[in-house]
Amino acid sequence: MRKIFDFHGGIHPPENKHQSLQGSIRDAGIPPELVLPLSQHIGTPASPVVAVGERVLAGQLIAEAPGFVSVPLHAPTSGTVAAIEDRLIAHPSGLPAPCIVIATDGLDEWVEQRAPGTGYRELAPGDLLALIRNAGIAGMGGAGFPTAVKLATRPDSKVQTLIINGTECEPYITADDILMRERPGRIIEGVNILRHLLSPSETLIGVEDNKPQAIAALRAAAAGSSIEIVTFPTKYPSGGEKQLIEILTGRQVPSGGLPLDVGVICQNVGSVVAIQDAVLFGRPLVSRITTVTGEAVDKPGNYEVLLGTPMSYLLTQAGYQPDRAQRLIMGGPMMGFTVPDANVPIVKTSNCLLAPGLTELSAPTPAQACIRCGMCAQVCPASLLPQQMFWFAQGKEYEKLEQQNLFDCIECGACSWACPSNIPLVQYYRASKAEILQLRREHTRAEQSRLRFEARQERMEREEAARTAKRAARKQAAEQRAQAAAAGGAGDEDPIQAAIDRAKAKKAAQQAGTGGTTSEREKLEKTVLTTRARLETATAKLQQAQAEGSDLADALQLGVDKTRAKLETAEQALQALLESDSPAPVTPADPAAAAIARAQAARDAGATSSPADKARSQLEGLEQRLEKTRDRLAASRNNGDEDKIVEALESTVVRLEEKVSAAREDLKAAGDT
Amino acid sequence: MALLRVTSPHAHGPASTPRVMQKVLLATVPGIIALTHFFGFGILVNLVWACIVALACEALALALRRRPIGFYLRDCSALVTATLLAVALPPYSPWWLIAVGVACAILLAKHLYGGLGYNPFNPAMAGYVILLISFPVQMTAWAPPRGLGQLPGFMEALQACFWPPGYDGVTMATPLDLMKQNTGLLMTDLYAQTPQFGRWAGLGWEWVNIAFLAGGAWLLYQRIFTWHAPLAMLASLTLFAAIFYDGGSSASGGSPLFHLLSGATMFGAFFIVTDPVTSAVSVRGRLVYGAMIGALVYIIRVRGNYPDAVAFAVLIMNFAAPFIDNYTRPRTYGHKAGG
Repeated sequence: MRKIFDFHGGIHPPENKHQSLQGSIRDAGIPPELVLPLSQHIGTPASPVVAVGERVLAGQLIAEAPGFVSVPLHAPTSGTVAAIEDRLIAHPSGLPAPCIVIATDGLDEWVEQRAPGTGYRELAPGDLLALIRNAGIAGMGGAGFPTAVKLATRPDSKVQTLIINGTECEPYITADDILMRERPGRIIEGVNILRHLLSPSETLIGVEDNKPQAIAALRAAAAGSSIEIVTFPTKYPSGGEKQLIEILTGRQVPSGGLPLDVGVICQNVGSVVAIQDAVLFGRPLVSRITTVTGEAVDKPGNYEVLLGTPMSYLLTQAGYQPDRAQRLIMGGPMMGFTVPDANVPIVKTSNCLLAPGLTELSAPTPAQACIRCGMCAQVCPASLLPQQMFWFAQGKEYEKLEQQNLFDCIECGACSWACPSNIPLVQYYRASKAEILQLRREHTRAEQSRLRFEARQERMEREEAARTAKRAARKQAAEQRAQAAAAGGAGDEDPIQAAIDRAKAKKAAQQAGTGGTTSEREKLEKTVLTTRARLETATAKLQQAQAEGSDLADALQLGVDKTRAKLETAEQALQALLESDSPAPVTPADPAAAAIARAQAARDAGATSSPADKARSQLEGLEQRLEKTRDRLAASRNNGDEDKIVEALESTVVRLEEKVSAAREDLKAAGDT
Repeated sequence: MALLRVTSPHAHGPASTPRVMQKVLLATVPGIIALTHFFGFGILVNLVWACIVALACEALALALRRRPIGFYLRDCSALVTATLLAVALPPYSPWWLIAVGVACAILLAKHLYGGLGYNPFNPAMAGYVILLISFPVQMTAWAPPRGLGQLPGFMEALQACFWPPGYDGVTMATPLDLMKQNTGLLMTDLYAQTPQFGRWAGLGWEWVNIAFLAGGAWLLYQRIFTWHAPLAMLASLTLFAAIFYDGGSSASGGSPLFHLLSGATMFGAFFIVTDPVTSAVSVRGRLVYGAMIGALVYIIRVRGNYPDAVAFAVLIMNFAAPFIDNYTRPRTYGHKAGG
């Protein structure tokens, strides 16, 4: 006898399995319309390869798998593609999702089926996996993970134990039970295919001891092979993959790891039969066994259902009484979710359709205070402390939740079931998990933009450094040239050459942005501008205050006076600086050329300037200033600078214009004399 | 008909908090019977009066906190607090003593912290300690047990409670007092000379403890709590008593049996230490929590100033429970030890 291990916790809810085990598997038949969601599995949704209006045959590929973690989809029966559109599907979100809708023709014509049959032993593992993948098989125990992905082992990993999960621990559900009772031979055939593919050291089929008929049937079918049927005491959730692995091997799958990390691959009995169908008969996954049960149906039982069959059609077959129903659950009472509408379709993961009567499953009652009784911790199969996690979940203390290993929660519902205060613990954990994942995503995004920003900063600094180096080089070159010229013309008192040199040096200095007087002037100009702007706003405020008769008027008056004084000082300083700087126009377009011209003019004039010249040069200077200020104003407007600055520039322009016209008058007067 | 949209699990187990509380109340019945048998009707008067005050205080607190009064009163937690405090108080206590104790337990120790489930200290023990410190004379005035004096009748018990000046009660030192005061006698002589010691641990007291043990065993069988904390407490108390028994000399702290069946040992082990709200939560944590209480009970009984120690020991360990929890988390599935 094989040693059986126990896992921590677990509960014994009423099984309620006998209701749906009255008869054998019934065929649900072909409904007039099949709705096939493109995503019936975990991973990328399939993408349609048929067009609306196209006639399809049973078993024909209608949507292909676009990625590795995905499975294709096949037409369950013959008919016409009526639509490819969003429909309500069985999903906890209750949101519609893209579906292929097939109007069936009742002929059930099949495409030509090609299969290696028993010749699969000649196939390479990769080809066999492709066969399984192309048949559209996803885990049929409820999770729906693509089977071929689960079976794809790394070359370095050794499968020690192949576990076939026939536990079906959740109450009400009997789909696997009836499959094991009625089709044990097909299960064993499928297991043999997997054994060929994986060459495990041992193969175990785990079944809870509440299914004696299934156990007997499997034992009979497996007689003579090395497949071992292992039974163990009934306890929820022993059918959870991690729990089953611990029961049968005593090993625990590391947190965040895969069963393969402990040398185990686990497959559900339903998936095994689908594999056998695909490999031996070339039949893709187009139907499944679904338990229909609950007090709201008159004929509970197990049905062979075409994928895409609307639940309402299946329920009608089972004698559904809507007036007796309160909710419809896809899956079992512990982990199943309610569907929004009876018209949602059966999919690859629909192991059960539970229609409880009005009093069958307790309606949600108001939660009472947690008394920390610890019953939840006693039943938790993951050895968590649910009462502590509840505490932290209420306080949204996500870090502490993660320290409590929230993500090892398998959401089996045992804690909520056991809670004497009716606290919906699992709901708290689900919400917290979603919230944490969302925060993680946001954190990743923030991290990415931080990196982008830093890269940009770095690039700009690099470019700036390059520019500075270029400038320095240019300046040096200019100085060298100036020195060479000075050396060449030593003793020569040619004022032109001297002026040229000076101007060149000045230009270089200006370009380098280090020209002492220039920068000082700019600073002063800026001061003047901002002070003027400040004065204007202050004046405006003062006027408002005076108009309103506010007490603040005096204080504001003081401020305005001060600002005006400051402005005057700054303007005077600027004026002084401009005058001391040079008699030259303030901002010549090309200082060098202007200086040459000026020098020449000065020599021509015999270093004596007439009032007319003075006036002219002043006018020129003013005009240039005006030009420059206009440019700045335009730039300022383009840049969307503060209104203050724009206004200040505007008023400067106006004043300069006045000055220019005054200077023209002066010049005219000087010329007249 | 609109289909209900709710999240899993859809099924719920039979457990419910009011039922847990009711079972705890039921389990105190043997102890109350034993106390009444040995100490008279005073215990019942205590009990009824304490329950009335507790329900009134609970309703007041719920009203002030704007909570549905009926819904929360039905959880029976106030009755449990009142019962546990009432059986710990000396019989024939005046009404105001009981009222102050219960009001402190419900209002201060429970609702000021947020009500059921949020109180860091056991409300009954907090109320008890407040009374013990504030009114030491009344709190140590235990009536003599049946066999050592005339038990007051029912009317006298009512009078003692509600018209204290009219009641002239007799009080007598408890075995724990006598043990502490013993300086010269060997254990065998002490037992032989003092009738209060009864057969093992005190006349009446030994049966009261056995009755509470029976109630606790039933709760354990009903899986209301796990064995870890109470057994750890009893084991560590036994261990300490055995180590310091000193062969029954005059300096002995008393035999293990004496400590197990004296005072509030069994009551504490099964009705106070097991209070889930204020104890450690994990299995290992509860072992540590219980064992520390047992050790403290012995130390305070033998070395402290007060005759009994369960209330102090429990309150001290209530402080430590979150700390213990932090260091005794169970190993999660798929994690390495300590992960």
